[in-house]
Amino acid sequence: MQAPVPAPMIQASDVTHYYGPYPAIQEVNFSVRKGEVLGFLGPNGAGKTTTMRILTGFLPPSRGSVSLDGFDVVEKSLEVRRRVGYLPETVPLYTDMTVTNYLKYMGTLRGMPAARIRARLGEVIDVCRLGDYRKTQIGKLSKGFRQRVGIAQAIIHEPEVLVLDEPTIGIDPIQVVETRSLIQELGREQTVVLSSHILPEVSMICERVLIIHEGRIVAEDTPQNLAEGLQGLERLEVEVGGPSAQVLPALQQINGVISVTHRNNQGRHTYTIQAQPGRDLRDDISRAVIGNGWSLRGMQLMGMSLEEIFLRLTTQEDL
Amino acid sequence: MRTVRAVAWKEIQIFFLSPTAYIVGMIFLALTGFFFSRDLGDPFPEATLSPFFQGAVIIFILLAPALTMRLIAEESKLGTIELLLTSPVRDWEVIIGKYLASLIFFLALVAMSGFYVILLFVYASPDPGPIYAGYLGLTLYGAAALSVGMLTSTLTSNQIVAAVVAMGILLALFFADLAFGAVGGLPGEIIGELGMKTHFDDFDRGVIDTRHIVYYLSVIAFFLFLSVRALESRRWR
Ligand SMILES: Nc1ncnc2c1ncn2[C@@H]1O[C@H](COP(=O)(O)OP(=O)(O)OP(=O)(O)O)[C@@H](O)[C@H]1O
Ligand SMILES: [Mg+2]
Repeated sequence: MQAPVPAPMIQASDVTHYYGPYPAIQEVNFSVRKGEVLGFLGPNGAGKTTTMRILTGFLPPSRGSVSLDGFDVVEKSLEVRRRVGYLPETVPLYTDMTVTNYLKYMGTLRGMPAARIRARLGEVIDVCRLGDYRKTQIGKLSKGFRQRVGIAQAIIHEPEVLVLDEPTIGIDPIQVVETRSLIQELGREQTVVLSSHILPEVSMICERVLIIHEGRIVAEDTPQNLAEGLQGLERLEVEVGGPSAQVLPALQQINGVISVTHRNNQGRHTYTIQAQPGRDLRDDISRAVIGNGWSLRGMQLMGMSLEEIFLRLTTQEDL
Repeated sequence: MRTVRAVAWKEIQIFFLSPTAYIVGMIFLALTGFFFSRDLGDPFPEATLSPFFQGAVIIFILLAPALTMRLIAEESKLGTIELLLTSPVRDWEVIIGKYLASLIFFLALVAMSGFYVILLFVYASPDPGPIYAGYLGLTLYGAAALSVGMLTSTLTSNQIVAAVVAMGILLALFFADLAFGAVGGLPGEIIGELGMKTHFDDFDRGVIDTRHIVYYLSVIAFFLFLSVRALESRRWR
């Protein structure tokens, strides 16, 4: 018996968005599992906000489609909006309302019954540590506390999906740490999509990271592998037809190879090779394989072109 | 319905707490008071509210846009519209909620002019018919003017632009009957029929004609419908 594959919570297919003639994102594909914490990492202008706005139904994609919990964001916008909590990048709040009144108002807009709003109000105020500011006018709060109010309104209705656009931008390091741990906590139960231009941040919070650059997704990986890429290790994957007991040591002996891992995928033997930084070992590897009489069935560079992008990303790390 | 009420209630609080609304209200009462009392200096003043009504419809051209300009334009400017439109709220609920708030504040202003009515009844014995009819006409006229302002506030994020464009539309509708003379013939007649002032004058004379009521309700429905469409279209920009 096969275990049924659960449908993804979010499925984006070939999403393109134009502002006038200018494409902000192009042919973006990704899916998010239920309960997953996914990070969008990219420099300024990469298209993160545009992607978030499409997910939340604020902007319709020019081409392609996005579905959330099986509902199309354009066709079934209302259903999608019922399931999403959203923290926009600029944290737009009604500055003349008090924290409590604002949260009640947003709860009502999300269709919560009055009794449930009352019950949740105390909870989100606790979770977001806004206890001393219930009656404070939002306009008088500092940036960091406004950010908390922004998160509080995003979670008050217990949405299935939480979309957070740069949730830690513009707040001080202590609050950044608090906000990150808050998101981690929320991510245990909810599906979270967040954007950031800070690599350490996404690697801390997210299970999976999509790197978006100039409107395209250029890489997708776990934070661990991304961190390795950041260290400048060249990775490549080869598929070899031959006895793995001999292939493995042969590959390891090649000058410049740091490590080799072997994977047997239903008779297909693939080897992931870690090379010294700056070394191009493709010719040496193919010579070694062919010279031993084995067949070279495939070779793929993993993440070499990422280095430059990472550099750009990491130079913007301002913490 | 709860959403409409929540949106309306939030806006009503802003109306009744904001100094701008009170300044607008004071100007309204001062000016209409001037119109009301202008003829009182006559040796035989007529016991009528007509000068007040005639003054009020002109003042509404400026007053209605000043009340409505903020409603959506401010949300577009501050970005709060992003959270409003990504909440599970229908576009018409937003428009109706905000419109109702402006209408309620407007009705409160009109109610304050009841002071003049009391004065009139204390010092004279006016014919109540034209007063009832006049207030009905004034309310319909004002409600129509607010719906025009609602539309322009939805179309731009600049409150001043919203107000000025609404005033332009209201002026054009106010003087549409002048086009009746200028153009002549059937086109002139049609344009004349669109005039917001033409349809008001019967009320002022004490005549309640359903044709005029239908006219104002149609104007309100038309501009609110366009507002909903305009809000929808924001999703497509
Ligand atoms: N409303 C708009 N009209 C025209 N162009 C826009 C608009 N919004 C964004 N863009 C452009 O689209 C591109 C992607 O913008 P987006 O805001 O999605 O990037 P981002 O990854 O969120 O950047 P940042 O890190 O600065 O927030 C940018 O080049 C931007 O200039
Ligand atoms: Mg952005």
